[in-house]
Amino acid sequence: MVDAPDVQKHEPPSRYTDPITRYLLIYFCILALAALQFVIAYSHVDTSAKFERMLLIAIAEAGLALLFFMHLWAEKRGFLLFVVVFTGFVLVAMQYGWTDSYRMELGAPYTQPKVGVVPQ
Amino acid sequence: MSQADLTMGTHPPGLTTGLPPFSVSAKKMAIWLFIIADAATFAACLVAYGFLRNGSPNWPRPFHSVMNVSLMTFILLTSSLTMLLGIRAAKIGDKAGAFRWTMITAVAGILFALLHIREWMALIGEGMTMFHNPWGAPLFGASFFSITGLHLLHVTGGVIALVVVGFRYMRGRYNADDLEVTGLYWHFVDLVWMFVVPFVYLLNLAQ
Repeated sequence: MVDAPDVQKHEPPSRYTDPITRYLLIYFCILALAALQFVIAYSHVDTSAKFERMLLIAIAEAGLALLFFMHLWAEKRGFLLFVVVFTGFVLVAMQYGWTDSYRMELGAPYTQPKVGVVPQ
Repeated sequence: MSQADLTMGTHPPGLTTGLPPFSVSAKKMAIWLFIIADAATFAACLVAYGFLRNGSPNWPRPFHSVMNVSLMTFILLTSSLTMLLGIRAAKIGDKAGAFRWTMITAVAGILFALLHIREWMALIGEGMTMFHNPWGAPLFGASFFSITGLHLLHVTGGVIALVVVGFRYMRGRYNADDLEVTGLYWHFVDLVWMFVVPFVYLLNLAQ
């Protein structure tokens, strides 16, 4: 028995033959953003500011990789929305416990206050 | 809805033409669903790591140099580019080129894994284990080895997949779509590293 193709041919071949210069451009953009994270790591700002800046840059890198390296930009808009909204919802829903991690600093048994923190 | 409606074609076009949802092939849809699920797994690990880091008063900062991690990042990012070139070559029918770029990508993955293992050995040599380290919070080792180990496992799996799919593509058993699906997985492994580097390495540089 011959395996039937699981899908009809529907994808425009043009999107797979993007000019190499476009791939190189995205690659160098991602490299530059990655380098920027290393610069921030050595900058004289506090850890939370470093975290915020690095997170923003990582999201930008991931966005470029998703859209152009993984060709999400060339898929149907409905599929792009499905991936971004569905994944985004799951990732955001995971963040509900952060306030509890601050409580751990002082409230949980056997924890010790961070240096410079005055117990309430 | 009458029986006639059920059989005479009043369904939405997508149900009767055989086109899959979003016009995405079953293989590609499967890898995207895997990627979404895997993204949630890595996100859970990173959130748990952040939770521990935030709640520990003496979180270690053991990394004195970024040379190794920057080299690893460069290799992994470049491997994404070579994977793209492999898929591009496959789509335009350049079989030898596609195979060559896929194997270059696999070699980059092996290099990345070797550098990673070297770094692990150095940290273990300094006295770091899963539940003990000489610098501070003991769970640092557990979270570090869990996150980087999970990523290393993905890289290893990706290298095996690249080699298997590459050879089968060359022998005509797989086609360009199969190479593209493997490429999507490889790009995802690269994407995860973009978050692991700043949070696990760069925020823990020795001051």
